[in-house]
Amino acid sequence: MASPRTNTRHFGVALRAMLVLTVALGLAYPLVVTAIGQTAIPGQANGSLLRQGGHVVGSALIGQSFTDSTGAPHPGWFQPRPSAAGTGYDAAASGGSNQGPENPALVSEIVRQKRAIADFNAVAPDRIPADALTRSASGLDPDISPAYARLQVTRVAAARHVAVAEVRRLVESRIAARELGYLGEPTVNVLELNLALAGLKG
Amino acid sequence: MVVWLAVLQALTLALLLAVVHRPLGDYLARLYLSQKDLRVERGFYRLIGVDPRSSQTWQSYLRSVLAFSLVGVLSLYALQRAQAILPYSLGLPAVPAGLSFNTAASFVTNTNWQSYSPEVTLGYSIQILGLAVQNFVSAAVGIAVAIALVRGFAAHRTGTIGNFWVDLTRGILRLLLPLSIVAAIVLMVGGVIQNFNGFTDLTTLSGGTQTIPGGPVASQEAIKELGTNGGGFFNANSSHPFENPSAWTSLFQVFLMLVIPFSLPRTFGAIVGDRRQGYAILGAMAAIFAVSLTLLTVFESSGSGTAPQAAGGAMEGKETRFGIAGSALYATASTLSSTGAVNSMHDSFTALGGMMPMLNMMLGEVAPGGVGSGLYGMLILAVITVFIAGLLVGRTPEYLGKKIGPREIKLASLYILVTPSLVLAGTALSFAIPAVRTDVEATSIANPGLHGLSEVLYAFTSASNNNGSAFAGLTADTPWFNAALGVAMLLGRFLPIVFVLALAGALAGQVPVPETSGTLPTNRPQFVGLLIGVTIIITALTYFPVLALGPLAEGLQ
Repeated sequence: MASPRTNTRHFGVALRAMLVLTVALGLAYPLVVTAIGQTAIPGQANGSLLRQGGHVVGSALIGQSFTDSTGAPHPGWFQPRPSAAGTGYDAAASGGSNQGPENPALVSEIVRQKRAIADFNAVAPDRIPADALTRSASGLDPDISPAYARLQVTRVAAARHVAVAEVRRLVESRIAARELGYLGEPTVNVLELNLALAGLKG
Repeated sequence: MVVWLAVLQALTLALLLAVVHRPLGDYLARLYLSQKDLRVERGFYRLIGVDPRSSQTWQSYLRSVLAFSLVGVLSLYALQRAQAILPYSLGLPAVPAGLSFNTAASFVTNTNWQSYSPEVTLGYSIQILGLAVQNFVSAAVGIAVAIALVRGFAAHRTGTIGNFWVDLTRGILRLLLPLSIVAAIVLMVGGVIQNFNGFTDLTTLSGGTQTIPGGPVASQEAIKELGTNGGGFFNANSSHPFENPSAWTSLFQVFLMLVIPFSLPRTFGAIVGDRRQGYAILGAMAAIFAVSLTLLTVFESSGSGTAPQAAGGAMEGKETRFGIAGSALYATASTLSSTGAVNSMHDSFTALGGMMPMLNMMLGEVAPGGVGSGLYGMLILAVITVFIAGLLVGRTPEYLGKKIGPREIKLASLYILVTPSLVLAGTALSFAIPAVRTDVEATSIANPGLHGLSEVLYAFTSASNNNGSAFAGLTADTPWFNAALGVAMLLGRFLPIVFVLALAGALAGQVPVPETSGTLPTNRPQFVGLLIGVTIIITALTYFPVLALGPLAEGLQ
């Protein structure tokens, strides 16, 4: 067995090492990375914020709700996926539903969503893609599938009194293909699409 | 369609790893064998009071590991308890005692299980001064222990296995820190944030309000993946767009998780003087990885289960930008290494899909496993394999010229008994103690029926194997889970390390025996096949009954 003195020595070394490493890895390292980020790529380092008329209206990476004053989905905006973050797209409370595949609450929520989206957009329920019916992992998914964006075109055009063809053109121009052609899935960024939509003349 | 996406994605990853593992593996062998110290390292050794040229016995090496880790637990605990008086804490109060213990145990053991929700629990000061520091040092400890074991195999009756403080320092200064800085810059280019802005309130496009978080995320994210730690800056971990903004950053994070564990077999081969020994270990790791990834991709693409069927696909708990192929790869890499980060919610996977991350962890995280822990785990299994093969032909088993005698095989057996005991006892006790059971069922379990058992089983599997991922519906911030999972993490990390270092000492004291015609060659495909077989059989026999009660039953319903 080691003598108490040897053990004390081990702890002394450990304590001094932890102190020095905390300064190097806990202070110097993050500050160096922050300095690089804030100098070289401040846009990304500060959250890829999007502006309209000088005001920050959100982040290109963080989804947001497009509801009216009663909390109902606003027909004039493209709608994002359902969200489990707080009361919906609460960026201070990220997370998914964590409901399992056989959870009755999840099944009935999907069925309810399906009916609501079919009514809201006046489309057949079987045309609704899976992303429109499910909550993302983060609750902050900024994207929807191209299929869900296309499905909303007629409704948005009618609510805004603009030509369907014009809105459709806008959606098609906003579809981001898979990265490198095969990574991930094609997406449409909802906030960026709606910002472009707001720029359309009614 | 999803098949080709998955195949191309996996091939890209395999190519990247194939290119990088050679120079990195060789670099690590030189790094840990070199007798030269950098000037800054010499200063550091003087400051902390160690002689870098003195090689330690296994007992002394172990005492250093344990002393350093205990100091880590105590300092991280103290930091959390003092949060209220720390700057940049975003006005958050001190973390409660039980949760502080759990989190301290979690980050020191390289687990990064998170019973807490980061956004509402931890300010920036603890994230960087506490968690990030442990992310670095726990990873460096893992690699150090693995290197010590490899030295034991390579040694000629030395009785010593290296100097812990030198191994620790070099792993941080010449491996993890420089790679983390590069990785953090790449992640920032991809959109990961790095600031100290706190929360920003804004008015959304449709006139609502939203609070956008800030934080030093990229610096945390880099070492979180590279050190196979996995603890997210945000509650949603790597599914949060500020942690993982795009499909390519996701693939890059997978690469970071795997690059050191998949390079270490080459280091092993270089140190024991036979590259093919390293490739045999690497081959077993890669084969298990490929099969596991294929199975998870198939299960999730199938979209079976009531809810996925109703929705038309298993997209609950998955991000649009990653899709099913990107989520399956991330989940496989994260649970076959000891990372435990998630870019999708495993709790919402299909029943059989959700079983795969669990099964990956139950394999002991050896394909490729955590940084260091993956290599020493696989080498223990190699010792068992040699022993079993020796029994079959009636010869004294030997591995790399070292006899696998009673002491060696006892240590290896104890190693493989630790985690199953913790997992099964922990899960059983959660339901066997009446008061605990009431609390678990009323407070912790989120999903009804068989899935609830899977949540508890997943938690103990994750904690005992030092993974850290979760079926995140489980509310784990309760006295029972904070205490039980905290103990499981500590025992699941340090008991195996005791046995590994004892084995390293036993091997280092031996004089190598010359190879004869009766020696089982351990650098050929035949041995790779045996090793894979032993790995799977040990797991299947241990965990099959409890898997049958949870995910298998749910999937067959």
